[in-house]
Amino acid sequence: MHSTNLATAPLHQANYAPKTFDLSKITLREFNQALHNVKDAAGESNWEVLNPKGSHAVAVGAEHAISIDVQGSVGYYCGGMNQNSTITVHGSAGPGVGENMMSGTIIVKGDASQYAGATGRGGLLVIEGNASSRCGISMKGINIVVRGNIGHMSAFMAQSGNLVVLGDAGDALGDSIYEARLFVRGSVKSLGADCIKKEMRPEHIAILKDLLDRAGITDVKPEEFSRYGSARTLYNFNIDNADAY
Amino acid sequence: MSYHNPPTTPRKSATFDEYAMSEIRRAAATGIYDIRGSGAKRKVPHFDDLLFLGASISRYPLEGYREKCDTSVVLGTRFAKKPIELKIPITVAGMSFGSLSGPAKEALGRGATLSGTSTTTGDGGMTEEERGHSKQLVYQYLPSRYGMNPRDLRRADAIEIVVGQGAKPGGGGMLLGQKISDRVAEMRTLPKGIDQRSACRHPDWTGPDDLEIKILEIREITDWEKPIYVKVGGARPYYDTALAVKAGADVVVLDGMQGGTAATQEVFIEHVGQPTLACIRPAVKALQDLGMHRKVQLIVSGGIRNGADVAKALALGADAVSVGTAALIALGDNDPRWEDEYQKLGTTAGAYDDWHEGKDPAGITTQDVELMKRVDPIAAGRRLANYLKVMTLEAQTIARACGKNHLHNLEPEDLCALSIEAAAMAGVPLAGTSWVPGKGPF
Repeated sequence: MHSTNLATAPLHQANYAPKTFDLSKITLREFNQALHNVKDAAGESNWEVLNPKGSHAVAVGAEHAISIDVQGSVGYYCGGMNQNSTITVHGSAGPGVGENMMSGTIIVKGDASQYAGATGRGGLLVIEGNASSRCGISMKGINIVVRGNIGHMSAFMAQSGNLVVLGDAGDALGDSIYEARLFVRGSVKSLGADCIKKEMRPEHIAILKDLLDRAGITDVKPEEFSRYGSARTLYNFNIDNADAY
Repeated sequence: MSYHNPPTTPRKSATFDEYAMSEIRRAAATGIYDIRGSGAKRKVPHFDDLLFLGASISRYPLEGYREKCDTSVVLGTRFAKKPIELKIPITVAGMSFGSLSGPAKEALGRGATLSGTSTTTGDGGMTEEERGHSKQLVYQYLPSRYGMNPRDLRRADAIEIVVGQGAKPGGGGMLLGQKISDRVAEMRTLPKGIDQRSACRHPDWTGPDDLEIKILEIREITDWEKPIYVKVGGARPYYDTALAVKAGADVVVLDGMQGGTAATQEVFIEHVGQPTLACIRPAVKALQDLGMHRKVQLIVSGGIRNGADVAKALALGADAVSVGTAALIALGDNDPRWEDEYQKLGTTAGAYDDWHEGKDPAGITTQDVELMKRVDPIAAGRRLANYLKVMTLEAQTIARACGKNHLHNLEPEDLCALSIEAAAMAGVPLAGTSWVPGKGPF
């Protein structure tokens, strides 16, 4: 559909042909408004976004279970606050992909910049390339799976959820972490304050297996990962811990 | 005692005064800095150091009982499809559920709604009682993102991106474990009873260029309906205001050092940031330089107590003010009726500031179920509405005396200053002179 007035375009059509939104022909506002105009995902076909060309805030605030394929790389905050929809970026993603996402799935075929999945509360974020620094910062329930490596200060102040890394982690992993679980298959350059290596128990293997399955990863085994989490020594302020900060 | 050796009167040090010495003893005993609530308590140049000139032969006044003096203000006219229209230019500042009890938050919503103004969430998310009792609710978007979700974003009337606050520009927050009830813990996605740190920086943006993109994202999520405020502490008001405007803010909220906090280090509260009075003119200058004064609205907070303060802030160029500490006092905070209990806590009514400990006898800064019963949200909301009404009437009284038919028509020319410091900060003449320190030759 190449309408230039998508904000008012009827979206519940009898003909559920695939919908294509070409961002070289319509504005970002028109596309996101079309997304928000959807009141029920029933019958909605796959959506396709062409020529994103690094646009920011692509497909933010989705509420329904639509499948959206973005054909190219995106700028900041793609899929921000996503609910229910499945967004696949056939390229790389700028900072804050899937920030504060609540549910649904976001898949980045390329690399992701800083703050991937920041403060995410639910759903699954899969990054098939590498993720930059602060991946999963302040995560609050999201599941993040990174096939490559992650940068420094990842999972900083991570509260809840799971971060799975098939490659290596940079400096200060899990600094000031709360209850999130971190699974790293490769090396960890250094651990942040109050983050420690923990025993991998059967329930963790089960969580990991499920996440790898959901991320479509079949070539590695859960047993190859190490688990990291909070030592819980900084949960209540103690002056004797001041040197840790 | 002999005639040849008369004693001198015992003299205490002005430098090592009683408070300074008590703090040294406290630090030596505990090994930890002092944490407290509220804002700066030190004396700084403030609105009391300004006076209105009133009308005379060269200016004629308006009749107080007949001639209209408008108090309305519209916030968010720059980009938002649905700006906020307030009957009075006094809003209720952001204070968190968690720091404050549920009944206290409900009372703030009720009082603001009765007065035709807005109230604001805080670092802890939006509660049902707050949303339900607030006709116009501003939803804070904070570094911690506790409780942040798109549903609340969409049912807010405006969104306030908090970069900083006057009590602690550059600082985050800490809600101590004793205030983390089951409900507070759930809203913040953290275990009960642990200290909850609120980050000082946003997790997914740094700097004005990023902020511009963050604002774009929030506008896109909310279909460009909501006014976007940007709140800054009184650090570098000229540049912070200019950068907020550049980033696309509809409204700039500027909070001076007297603005309160739920819990921060005493040294931070008293030694970082500028007084409210010193912040307003640079912020207004930034708006004027950009041609955005009155197009991007300016809300000033930090130590607003009465209608004179409101009128003075508006005369210096603000579009509205915001009250936090004063609103809590109106609800019943630090009321002498609880003096016996304040004494048991080692303090006295009017000085109680251990808001982070959750033992507030007035039931406001607590999550203790029994203590919070002391706040009747309906009665307390009425008190807040009464107080806001009085402030509005006072500001109107002053504006009419200056011949203004809208509070926004007050101007710096209506003011003089009682001290050189206040004259310099406010950019108005020292009383009895035409001298504005810092402008022109001596």
